[in-house]
Formats: sequence, structure tokens, C-alpha cells
Amino acid sequence: MTVTGRTLLMSDHSSAICPRTGAAAEWRLVLLAAVLLTSTTVRGVEPRALLLQALATNEVSAQISLVQRLTAAQDPMVAQALAAWRQGGVFLLDGPAGAKIPFLLDVVTDAAGKARGLQIATGEALKDAAGQPMLFLASDLTPVDTTAKLRKAIKTTLDLLALSSPNPNIRRDAAAKLGLEQNPDYLPYFRAHLDTEKVARVRKALHEAIALTQVNADDADVRLAAVKTLGELRSIAALDLLQRIEANAKANSSSPAPELVAAAHDAAVKIQSYIARGNFIGTCFRGLSLSSVLLVAALGLAITFGLMGIINMAHGEMIMIGAYTAYVCQNFFIKWFGQGTRGFDFYFVAALLSSFGTAGFIGLVLERGIIRFLYRRPLESLLATWGVSLLLQQLMRSIFGAANVQVYSPSWLSGNVTYQDVIFAHNRIFVIGFAIGVVALTWLLLTRTALGLQVRAVMQNRPMASCLGVRTDRVNMATFAFGSGLAGMAGACLAQIGNIGPSLGQSYIVDCFMVVVLGGVGNLAGTVSAALGIGVSDQVLQPHLGAVLGKITVLAAIILFLQWRPAGLFETRSRSLEG
Amino acid sequence: MTMKRFLSKAEMAGLTVGFILVLVVLPALNAFVPSSSPFHVTDFALSLCGKYLCYAVLALSIDLLWGYTGLLSLGQCLFFALGGYALGMYLMLMIGPRGQYHAALPDFMVFLEFPKRFPATGGLPPHWVPFRHFWFAAAAVVWVPALVALVFGFLAFRSRIKGVYFSILTQALTYAACLMFFRNDFTFGGNNGLTDFKDILGHDINAPATRRALFLASGLLLLAAYALCRWLTTTRFGKIQRAIRDSENRVLFSGYATAHFKLFVFVLAAVLASLGGALFVPQVGIINPSEMAPDKSIEAVVWVSVGGRGTLVGPILGAVGVNWLKSFVTHSAPEYWLYILGGLFIVMTLFFPKGIVGIPEQVRALRRRWLSTRTGAAPVEPGPAAIAHSKAEP
Repeated sequence: MTVTGRTLLMSDHSSAICPRTGAAAEWRLVLLAAVLLTSTTVRGVEPRALLLQALATNEVSAQISLVQRLTAAQDPMVAQALAAWRQGGVFLLDGPAGAKIPFLLDVVTDAAGKARGLQIATGEALKDAAGQPMLFLASDLTPVDTTAKLRKAIKTTLDLLALSSPNPNIRRDAAAKLGLEQNPDYLPYFRAHLDTEKVARVRKALHEAIALTQVNADDADVRLAAVKTLGELRSIAALDLLQRIEANAKANSSSPAPELVAAAHDAAVKIQSYIARGNFIGTCFRGLSLSSVLLVAALGLAITFGLMGIINMAHGEMIMIGAYTAYVCQNFFIKWFGQGTRGFDFYFVAALLSSFGTAGFIGLVLERGIIRFLYRRPLESLLATWGVSLLLQQLMRSIFGAANVQVYSPSWLSGNVTYQDVIFAHNRIFVIGFAIGVVALTWLLLTRTALGLQVRAVMQNRPMASCLGVRTDRVNMATFAFGSGLAGMAGACLAQIGNIGPSLGQSYIVDCFMVVVLGGVGNLAGTVSAALGIGVSDQVLQPHLGAVLGKITVLAAIILFLQWRPAGLFETRSRSLEG
Repeated sequence: MTMKRFLSKAEMAGLTVGFILVLVVLPALNAFVPSSSPFHVTDFALSLCGKYLCYAVLALSIDLLWGYTGLLSLGQCLFFALGGYALGMYLMLMIGPRGQYHAALPDFMVFLEFPKRFPATGGLPPHWVPFRHFWFAAAAVVWVPALVALVFGFLAFRSRIKGVYFSILTQALTYAACLMFFRNDFTFGGNNGLTDFKDILGHDINAPATRRALFLASGLLLLAAYALCRWLTTTRFGKIQRAIRDSENRVLFSGYATAHFKLFVFVLAAVLASLGGALFVPQVGIINPSEMAPDKSIEAVVWVSVGGRGTLVGPILGAVGVNWLKSFVTHSAPEYWLYILGGLFIVMTLFFPKGIVGIPEQVRALRRRWLSTRTGAAPVEPGPAAIAHSKAEP
């Protein structure tokens, strides 16, 4: 901060508020006024001083011109104060000798809704005579007036300020927004930023903004070039405009600009095909992401139902337990590290592991306590596990309440990547990766370990495996616990995507069974392909039929498909009659 | 077939007592005993009992499928609700201009701007038009669920979908239908369903006399359903039915087209359930898609399981008993109901696979075993767990 800043800093809060330090305060205020006066004549003066001056002025036109000069300010306080001013969040405190101290309220409020006052001049809190921060209630204060014109000027300034933001995404969004205004006054700003801008997506947005603005230029050649540029840039925002240009020119046959019409048409076609491609990629991604969700949710069931032949209707509740475990885990991490810290970001790793453990343990208890008595009565295991699912739902309702609870994503899972105007959310990408990882892990476990060998042996022929010395009850126990653990892990993962409530499991159970039945029992490859098939076809149908009708169509298609292949996509061949 | 085989003496006596109680005593207590008397049955209680009787018909239909044929349908409430909707449509059109909007159309049609969608019929969707006639609605109660069951059953049994797969697919079917009925543009009232009925066949639906008549109708329906099931299970058809349950492949290899038998039972059960639903709706006063949600069907299965499947008295006892318990618990301690229901599922399947009706037999078996171990002889009869295993489905 330069000299002006120092001076302002010295024209201190405590003295201004406390009348007892009168004399000392007075000369400081004089100094402040002097600085403010001189600043109007000096170019390149501190933006904060300009802002203070604008706040002190009563004349709207002067205020507007001062605000308009703030467009290159690097000072975050200026942006914050401007935004607050526009929304009536800047207030004046009466200092001694008629001086007014502009301030805004801190975002953090106490229990009574009171907040500290932050001085715009220094960014520090206002303090009373005793040196304690003063607290204000927003509704008690009168904000500094604005007029509609001034607010508009502030808005424009804020948008232009955003072009200089350190965050490239904010810069890009600002450029896109300003470009749509098609105001030729902004062109110098765009060009100036283009000279210094290094991030490709912001550069593209700036080019787009310039071209959008130039579409209305007086010079026909510039217009033509702008239209062509928009086509080259595949500017989605410009599509409407280009189509309007084409339509206008056709309706108004007297205007001889065939080149422009042709160029606009050409550009519109290019953009449309670009949008179509983007939609296609988006649909594929969403389909893949839904498939992964289904796969992650159904994989545990593929093991308990597919391999062991148990109808575990409480499978959905294992997912729910995993999700609640993630919630509990998150709360512990918030307690220990505080939310938004680096330590908190690692909660998800702990949540995945503990969800696996918790759900696996409950699965173990379930198998030992109930399911092992029902191995030869599959229909009744269905009923008993449904009872378990009701118990678990009500238990969670008693512990955590009937309302949904909120799980915060760690910072590395929130946010998204934009590629060719298609948005890829981080958590969706993560689920896809997670699904691949879990399937690979399960496959390795089933085909490369001794336990896997035993599991497959028991699945294919339980009495024979038992004769050969496999302890089938232990294998059952381990397999069921593993399947339940996978469901729990799925829950922790799905908690990042959807709501967590006691009935979370119910929303997945039908889908999970569909995936396993369609894929064919006892077959990982079948489960994967069924999840892919259901997920992608659901997302492909959804835009045409709507969410519900799409789902119904998929269900109907599965029923019809099983006509053709009753044993699912991948049939496990067996010579036994009751396979 | 003699009468003696059709209904045994004890059964005949029990039935007579039960139905005199239901068809004569309860309505009489409602109609003729003054409301100040402790023996008076209120209109509400009578309607509640009528509801239980309808549920009992639903339970019988499930038992016919599961207990006698080994087909566990987890979508039986779909047919129950379809019957309810068919009669509900008629009741809806009988409201006339007495709705909230005082229009000739049912309220939800005005609300959803149907006159714009169906200008030719003044807003009434074309498939609603014939439901102005009671006979059409009554026929629809039978043929609509029968058709749905026929098509689904044909597809399922033709490709030999059985056991657990059949259960899961029926669940998917009712889930899909439930989603469909939740949609507003499916023209069946969406989320809210059909409600606010006024008249049935020109009589005020809330009048005590109408309620008694509906109750009697439910009782008679249950009686008829019971008699039909009893007759069916004593015929040769019933034998094949049970043979399919115990070993379908042997029946198949003996030259029977099991798919046809199963299809017939499935359609019959659907019609039974639908009739129950049709009488359920005027007594409860509302039908909405949550009635065909998958969990309702599973709950109905547990009535059968509690009462005792493979018997005909069991499902009736189960349906009435569990629902009475539900009314009682959800009224006094609603948060415990799911614990009780869940516990019932587990305890009944683990310890009482034959339900309430089977308990005396289980006790006798236990006693025999206890006696035989005391005398040192080998157990004559296997224990309860072994009984359960020996009765296992394929």
C-alpha cells in the first residue's frame, strides 16, 4: 500500500469514533480530506480513495464518473465495497467534526444477527472507545443511497473488474457476460486484457466477446469478419444472434448483404453441429456416470445375490448405512480439523474405509444371525431381509431423524471441468473411476485369491465343495460380509452425489436387482454390461421421454429382454436342472 | 366330490361362526344398538373392519399364488389398486358439479387444464367416458387387471421365469406402474389420486346405511373368495397346483403345460385382488398411486406369512390381525410400527414358517420330540428347523 493508504490507515477508527481524542483526530481528518481532494486531480491514484470520494459525494453524475474510473482496480476491498454499495450494504458512521466513516458489515454474524463493521478505508473493524469491536444490526442502519443509474454503473464496473480477477473462471464468465451486452465501449478493455491474458479459455471468451460486440459494428467488413469469427469459435451464445441476423436479412430483401447472410448461416450451422456434438458427449458422460452409480450400487448385490443366491432386500439399507457412516465420519473430521481445511479433505478416504467396515460388520451379523438359516429357502430370505431393511430404516430414523442430512464434498470432489462447453463434474468423474477400481478389485479377489477360488467353488456346487474340505459356512460369511461392505462403500460414494435419508436404500433396490437380473447371475462381466446398458439407455431416452417415462421404458425393455434371454446377458452354463 | 371333502366339519362350524359374526352381528350392532351403549359399533369402526375384509381378499389372492402354487408375487397390490382405480373412476364421475370447482369435470381435470387437452369430450379423457356407467366400471374391475396379468404372466411364464426372478420382475412391474400413475398427464389424478367421492349408485357414500351395505358386500366377497379357493384347491387342478409348487419340473415331465396352469392362477389371483380393491376404495374414500408402491405388496405378503401360507384361514387371520395391530400401533406409538413389522417378518420366517395357523402343529412336534428324548428313543418327527428345510422350495 502506498502513502495514501498509510494515511488513511492512520486516520484511525478509534479516534474518529471517540470524541475524547478530539484534537489529534481533527488534523488527521483534515489530512484525509486533503488526500481525497488531491486524488481527483492525480492520475493513477489509489482506487480505494476514489471509492471513498464517490461515497462522500452527493452528486450522482460525479459518483458515476468516479465509479467508472475504478475499472482497473486490483484492490479486493473496492470490489467488495462496490458490490455491497449496490445492494445497500454500505453505511456511514458519524465521526467527530461531521466526518462520515463509510463501512460495511462483516459476513459473519453473531447469534443476534449482529456483525462487526469493516471500514472501507482500512479494511479493519470499527472499534469503540474501549477498543472493542462495535457490532451492528443491518436493519438498524441506513445505507448510503444509490440511484438506478448509479447501480448500473457499479454493475458494469464490477463486471469489468471481474475481468481482472485472479480466478480464470470468473474472468471467463465476466468476458462472456460483457460480450452479450454488445457495448462497443468495452472493446478497449477486451483488447487490453487479450494482450496480457494467458489462459486459453479466457482468451477464447475474450475473442468471442469482441466478435459478439463487433457484429453490430458500422463497418460491413468488420461485421462479416465478426460473424465468421463467431462461427470459428463455435460460440453457443451467439447462435440466437446469428439466426436473427439471417432471418432479418431474408425478411428485409432490400438490404443487399448476401455475404453476411451466407456467413451467418454458415456460422450457425457450425455452431449447431458443435452443440449437437456437445450434447452427444454430455449424454454419453451422463450415461456413463449413471452406469457407474448403478454398478457401484449393484456390485455388492451381484456378489450376495449373484454368487450366493441370497435375495438380500436389505442391500439398499447397506448402502444407506455406508452413506450415514460417511456422514458421521465427516462430522468427526469437522470437529477435529474444522470444515474446509486440508485435514477435512481427507475425511472421504476415512469415510470409504469405515463405510466398508461398518456395512461389512452388519452384513456379517445379518448372515450369522438370520440368513444362514435360510440358504435353502430363497423366497423366505427375501421376506426376512425385507424385515431387516425396515428395522434398519427405522433405526436410522430414530438416530439421525427423518429428514435428509447433508454431506459436504471434499474440495477435490466439488467443482467441475469444462471441455468444449460440456461440463464434467468432479464427483461424477470420481464415481466412474471408483466403479472401475472397485470392479477391478473384486475381479482380482474372485479370480486371483484362494478365497475367490473357494467362493466360486461354493457357488457352483455347494455340497461338492464341502466334501472337498471347503468350509462353506465360513466362505458364505466372508462373501456376504464382503458384498455388504461393497454396498457400504457405494453408499459413501453415492453420498457425494445425492441426498442421504433413511429411505435412501429404497431408491436403489429395484435398480440394483434389475442390473443383476439383466446381467445374468454369478457373472461380473454381465453386471458391468447390464449397468452400462441400463445407465446409457436411461440417459439417452430421458431427453425425449422425460425422467419417469424413460425409467418405465427401461423397465419394460428389461422385462421384454428377459423373454429373449431368460438367464440374462451372460448365462452361467450348468448341467443341473434347477440352476 | 362330496360336501364332506369340500368343507370339513370343524371348518364348517368355524366358518359359520365367523361369518355370522361378521355378516350379522357387527352390522346389527352398528345399526340397532344406540350409540350410547358400550356394544355399539361406530361407523368408523365398521368401515375399518370392511377395510380389513378387503385386505383379507387380497391376502387370499396372494396365498393362492404363493402358498398353493409357489409363485411369490411382489406386485399383487398393483391389481388391488387397479380395481380400486376402476371403481374410483366411476365414483369420481358421480361427484358431478359438487367438487371444489363446481364443474362437471372431476377437480383434478379442471386443475390440470384437461379441457385444453381433450376439447372433443369437454375435457374428459376419452377412456374415462364409459366409466359414467356403473356396469362398465364393474366390468373393468375384472377385465383390466385380468388383461394386465394375462400379458405379463404370458411373457413371464412362457420364458420360464420362476422363483426369485418372478418375484423381482413383479416388483419391477408394480414399481413401473406406480411411477406411471404418479404422473399428472397419465390422467388418473397423479400424486393425489382419486378422492372426495360423494355417491355410489345414487346413495350417499358416507351414509351409515351405505357403509353397512359396503361392509356386507366385502364380507360376502370374502366368503365367496374363500369358497372358490377352497373348491379350487380340492379339485384335481388344486393338486397340480401344489405339485407345481413342490416340484415344477416333475409336473412338466409328466406332460402338463405348467405355464398354462400358472397363468390361469395368476390371472385368477389378479381378479380376486382387484375385486378386493374395488370394494376397498369406497370404504376408505381415496385411491392413490402409493397403494401400488412395491412396499405395500411386500407388506401384504407378510400378512400371509404371519397367518400361515398354504392354508386358507391363515391369510384371513394374518390380514385382519396385522392390520388391526397396525391401526393400533400407528395410533398410539407410530415410531414403533416399522420395528414391529420388521420384527414380524424376521420372526415369522425364522421360527414360524407355517404362521399362526401352524403353531399348534409345531408345538405338538416339539412335545413329541421332547417325549421321545425322555424315553431315549430316536426322534420320530424332525424339529421345527428341519421341518422348514424339508418344505423348501426348489
